[in-house]
Amino acid sequence: MVALYPGADDGHHDDGKPGFFQRWFYSTNHKDIGTLYLWFGMFAGLIGGFLSFMMRLELNQPGIDVFANYHTYNVFVSMHGLIMIFFMVMPALIGGFGNWFVPLMIGAPDMAFPRMNNLSFWLLPVALILLMASFFVPGVGQDNGFGGGWVMYPPLSTSGHSGPAFDLIIMGLLAAGFSSIFGAINFITTILNMRAPGMTMHKMPLFAWSMLVTAFLLLLALPVLAAALFMLFFDRNAGTGFFNPAMGGDPEMFQHLFWFFGHPEVYIMILPAFGIVSHVVSTFSRKPIFGYLGMAYAMVSIGVVGFVVWAHHMYTVGMDVDLKLYFMVATLVIAVPTGIKIFSWLATMWGGSITFAVPMMWAIAFIFLFVIGGVTGVVLSMPAIDVVLHDTYYVVAHFHYVLSMGAVFGIFCGFMYWFGKIFGVMYNKLLAQIHFWLFFIGVNLIFFPQHFLGLNGMPRRYVDYPVEFAFYNQLSTIGAFVTLAGTAAFFVMLIEAFIVRRPAEDNYWGEGATTLEWTLPSPPPYHQFNTLPKVK
Amino acid sequence: MRPSFIFKGLALSALTVAALSGASLFGLDSAVAEVGKPTEGAIYLQEGVTETADELRHLHNIVMWIITAIVVFVTALLLFIMVRFNKKANPEPSRTSHNTLLEVVWTAAPVAIVLFLIAVATKPLYNQDVIPDDVTMTVKVVGNQWNWTYVYPDHGDFDFTSTMLTKEEAAAKGVPYLLAADEALVVPAGQKIRVLVTASDVLHSFAMPSFAIKMDAVPGRINETWFKVDRVGTYYGQCSEICGREHAFMPIEIRVVPEDEFIAWVKTRNPEYAQAPASGQDAALVPAVTGGN
Repeated sequence: MVALYPGADDGHHDDGKPGFFQRWFYSTNHKDIGTLYLWFGMFAGLIGGFLSFMMRLELNQPGIDVFANYHTYNVFVSMHGLIMIFFMVMPALIGGFGNWFVPLMIGAPDMAFPRMNNLSFWLLPVALILLMASFFVPGVGQDNGFGGGWVMYPPLSTSGHSGPAFDLIIMGLLAAGFSSIFGAINFITTILNMRAPGMTMHKMPLFAWSMLVTAFLLLLALPVLAAALFMLFFDRNAGTGFFNPAMGGDPEMFQHLFWFFGHPEVYIMILPAFGIVSHVVSTFSRKPIFGYLGMAYAMVSIGVVGFVVWAHHMYTVGMDVDLKLYFMVATLVIAVPTGIKIFSWLATMWGGSITFAVPMMWAIAFIFLFVIGGVTGVVLSMPAIDVVLHDTYYVVAHFHYVLSMGAVFGIFCGFMYWFGKIFGVMYNKLLAQIHFWLFFIGVNLIFFPQHFLGLNGMPRRYVDYPVEFAFYNQLSTIGAFVTLAGTAAFFVMLIEAFIVRRPAEDNYWGEGATTLEWTLPSPPPYHQFNTLPKVK
Repeated sequence: MRPSFIFKGLALSALTVAALSGASLFGLDSAVAEVGKPTEGAIYLQEGVTETADELRHLHNIVMWIITAIVVFVTALLLFIMVRFNKKANPEPSRTSHNTLLEVVWTAAPVAIVLFLIAVATKPLYNQDVIPDDVTMTVKVVGNQWNWTYVYPDHGDFDFTSTMLTKEEAAAKGVPYLLAADEALVVPAGQKIRVLVTASDVLHSFAMPSFAIKMDAVPGRINETWFKVDRVGTYYGQCSEICGREHAFMPIEIRVVPEDEFIAWVKTRNPEYAQAPASGQDAALVPAVTGGN
């Protein structure tokens, strides 16, 4: 094992860790940048979580309890979506785990462009500051903030929000978008050029595959979002009329541009989680992943097909019926590679010798909940049914099952799996289990009843609702309290781990963990693989 | 040991199926359900009053059974694996990582399900989306921040604005708060009615769950949809595209009345209508219907 990283200790002599400020603020080290991303994602997650918790308090019972100003409620709804997507899920999964483990898994000393990596990270705090500033400047008339939903549809985001709040959001999202594009370029270059000798594409760990596909999606989708945002900005500030029908524009064109980005974005958030879950399932079943090539190419095909299904978010805009049929068929096709992934995970576990360590609990829960979120996606893919479910709580339940339980469970799964590797200390298992169970029960209690609300007709983004919807909303709010307790348990676990500091072994999961990061100490040396490992 | 685990798994899945189907029956046939509005504690679709809505419910029932079966199957499999292949039950893992037949099967099975779904979902889509040739009248709906304007182009082009009743007004009239409006969109029963939908400021969405219609109201664009309701009554829907501060406070109320009552109502709105036959104005309307598709 030691032979794999000769000279790892040299780092401490001729190229040691710089001082605190230089290390964390000028950082070009992929592991330090990954850590920064993880803390950043956690911080943004707290903000986004706070916003959603206030929404749940408002919706606890019919009537207005929290948001005397309805516009503020819309602001919370919009910002919850934007912050969770751009500043929690993406930084944690892509910036955090991607930066940490892509180079380690493919046997590279660092990312291809370390300085660009630094830029990628530091654009994000700038972006978040711009978004947070928008809360405090006028959006509509005297009302502060932007309340047009995370989808930002014009004309509500142009003539409907004349104040500067939305301009700040455009700037913020452009910064976040460029951050992701730089990150994507970095990942693609790293993965294509810096794999250790002998590591062919078809030997590459599935997490690296998932990051490669994700990076291509980012590279192709985000420029379209950037273009749409620039067009909004010009419509608002430069007198253009891209989306203004009075000037020959069309509000629906924005929706096409937005969802051409927005649908791949969904896969951008879930593919890295797929990669993490594959490793965890394989590790704790003590079996190699079943159908490796099928798993890799299922992700590639999900990525490709993900680009041609965007208008299933727009069935009610007045689209041609043949087009609706096409988008239904294309959307349903995605069920096939997704099914391959689910069954391959199950087949990996089949015949295994499974230990239910904390990461495995998250992975199994991920599979179960992702199936539920996936099948409601099948329901929504049908325009004939979507006509009653579009823009209701059914959609909210669906995408929270794939994101709040798919992507977020993937994040926790990876965090619990690599915690010792990243921080060099182990967490308390009991606290981690308490966190898991509170979170699992909490989020299901929040989102499962929302299916019923949607079927019964409750529209989304409503500050108040008819009394008939009261029961399941209350249940949902109780779930929010349970999830809050789960979040508290997570931070108790985190603090306990850093106070007690149980040292982590090199490979604390044992023989099931086979990827290259487990051949290194925990935490790995500041610079690893000075001599490249050879992969058989 | 093994058979008992299988038994437990099967029992658990049977229980789940029973619970789910029991629950859906409760939702489907709930005795207290009121037509045209959400039902307290209901877990299923609102009762439909158009053929489109019935067709939608039928399709949704089929899909619901399929997805329930998938979830139960995967869950049962997952539970079985957790019991049968945990470290205690199976100390030595196998090293199997390929099985071509299995991989072909679990690719082909979803393909078959997808093809079946496409087959059953296509006809309802066209029935719902394509406006029948024999629509007898048109109403125009304009979404505004935060109310609806209803226009009757076939009946002398009169219009009025429909605004939500306040809590006190709704309580005084004994109608549901957040759903009832001061003025309903009134239409005759048993007629195929074309609805033209547009907006004056930002996006809105004209939605009526019990009719299975939802059409975005887009400035600069005229979308069209249609419905035919035989059952006389009052039906409620809510704006379904975020439109600003009072998005939750611009409900849609449609009153379906017998045809003679409708004519009488039109005359109170537009006394000249008696002299101007609707058919003559239909012709004038036709060229205007261009948007939507």
